[in-house]
Amino acid sequence: MKSNFLKVPSRLGIGRPAVGFVILFLAAEALLAGLIAPEQTALSPAALLEKIDENAVPGNKIMVSSMTIHGRRGDRTVKSKSWIEGDDKAFTEYLEPPREKGIKMLKLGDQLWTYTPAADRVIGISGNMLRQSVMGSDLSYEDMMENRKWSTIYAAADDGTETVLDRPCRILKLTASVPDVAYEVRRIWVDESRFLVLKEERYGKSGRLLKTLEVGEVKQMEGRWVQTRALFRDVLKEGGGTEFIIESVDFEADIPEVLFSKASLRK
Amino acid sequence: MIIPKLALRNLIGNGAKTWLNALVLSFSFVAIIWGQSIFEGMDKEMSKVTIDQEAAGGQYWAGVYDPYDPTSFDEAPAAIPADLSAEAAEGRAVPILIVPGTIYPKGRMMSVLLKGVDPGQSVLKLPFGSLKGGSGNIPGLVGTRTAKSAGLSKGDTVTVRWRDAAGTFDAADIEIVDIFQTQVQTVDVGQVWMPIQTLQEITGRSGQATIVTVPEGAAPKTYAGWAFQDHDVLLKDIKSFIQAKAMGFSIFYVTLMAMALLAIFNTQILSIWHRRREIGTMIALGMPRGRVIGLFTLEGSLLSILAAAVGAVYGLPLLIYMAKHGWVLPAGQADSFGLALNKALYPAYSLGLVIMTILIVLAATTVVSFLPTRKIATLKPTDALKGKWS
Repeated sequence: MKSNFLKVPSRLGIGRPAVGFVILFLAAEALLAGLIAPEQTALSPAALLEKIDENAVPGNKIMVSSMTIHGRRGDRTVKSKSWIEGDDKAFTEYLEPPREKGIKMLKLGDQLWTYTPAADRVIGISGNMLRQSVMGSDLSYEDMMENRKWSTIYAAADDGTETVLDRPCRILKLTASVPDVAYEVRRIWVDESRFLVLKEERYGKSGRLLKTLEVGEVKQMEGRWVQTRALFRDVLKEGGGTEFIIESVDFEADIPEVLFSKASLRK
Repeated sequence: MIIPKLALRNLIGNGAKTWLNALVLSFSFVAIIWGQSIFEGMDKEMSKVTIDQEAAGGQYWAGVYDPYDPTSFDEAPAAIPADLSAEAAEGRAVPILIVPGTIYPKGRMMSVLLKGVDPGQSVLKLPFGSLKGGSGNIPGLVGTRTAKSAGLSKGDTVTVRWRDAAGTFDAADIEIVDIFQTQVQTVDVGQVWMPIQTLQEITGRSGQATIVTVPEGAAPKTYAGWAFQDHDVLLKDIKSFIQAKAMGFSIFYVTLMAMALLAIFNTQILSIWHRRREIGTMIALGMPRGRVIGLFTLEGSLLSILAAAVGAVYGLPLLIYMAKHGWVLPAGQADSFGLALNKALYPAYSLGLVIMTILIVLAATTVVSFLPTRKIATLKPTDALKGKWS
């Protein structure tokens, strides 16, 4: 069983190098689901959460994806290629549209840099800039910088069951067990046999729903189950949300270490 | 006394030439006084309104707070020193907590600064008292610029999202209880004011503030982790702006004055040439050359006095009108500078300004009047009487 966070690049505004990572849930499963299934039925909420975390494969992957922002004034699609190593390292290059082409983004741990060819400058994204929307999408840079495993920062409790994408899902309510989390409460819909999160709701401290994630499609790629389409929505905002589509993934790809350096942004 | 009398008589005797020179020079007078008084007025007005509504007698800034560095806003808030808390309780200080947030007006996303202030404060002249109202929701107060850009009206409810001290997101609805108008953009643009106690509670920053503003006259004190900023820092932008604008405008009246001085210089040269026989006669009759030079120089200098009088004839009504009605800027231009500019600029005249202007013009006129007369020092009276220029 494997799952990953994938990072897709984007850009904020014309000529501004505010580029961020879009995190998608990319889950995959080895073709051994039947062997694991009996074990799953007895899983406690905490154990299930740990399984979801374990699914996050720290291996390398190269991914081509697109992000479509369903805004108030129409839709915009940005296509990109990402090289990802575990949770901490990611390098992304824009492929389309032409005005975004060549913009690059590097994430190392909790640091983020962007490079815009037009300005030929590398800019660090920090502080207040992290609060900005990525390209007018429903994500802020902060949303995309989260790395920690849920089992270390949330206490899980059962909150019912529901069918999502024709898959029976267990709903877990995650309540923050440490103070410094972005969302105090999350509700996640977990495909128990694949340990895939198919739906998520993020709540503020007062219990107000802030953001949602709905997986629209799950496919098998290189023998793993992958969430290939997901819709992320900032529910406080108008618009149809931001849709992520994974076009291709190359698991366990060879990625030169030099790619994850600031110098590579200018190349 | 003969020289001034002669000079005045000759000046008047020059007729239209004199009046034309005086008129051109008077333009410089009026332009200098008007221009400088406009900038002086702007400085006074902007400083006053900024002191009234933002700077007061100075501010204590917490920790790393830097208004020009948004990355400092999250880390800056600190516990208000006990002394300042006590002062605030007695109305002699106003703590302000600044927290970055996001509002969602009509479904749009807009970054703002949430500013918490005591609605009962009396240090700053802004209508924070309206924050005492509200009907269940958190009361919010915005300036007209923020209201316009966010499309908010009084009574509207807007969702605001923020991160607390630990970094956890939360959101709530705030009710816009009032919209205030101010010249000071730095208390308006992209800002939502709310009661400080509410902001402290929802962000988990109880007893904390980012800045503490004290009234005028309060002596600065030292508090660990807080730095006092006086008017030199808080009004620096205004002073720099005025200096830059005044410098730019000076090109206009320096050009005007150069034209006038050139005309005077030219008139002097022609006058000495035409009156060479008169000069020769005066020298031949025993008048020292220095006095002859003095006569011609004084004639030129008197032009500046005449110009001041001419300028007063049409300039005074103009300057009085300006003082009364101001110079109304085109719509939207006042805001485009990003400073506390009023929609109309009112000049501030001072006796010092008028005297300084008269002295500058007098000195410049005297110099250009003197330069052509140096020729007289080498003039032979016999040649001059024959109409020759030796």
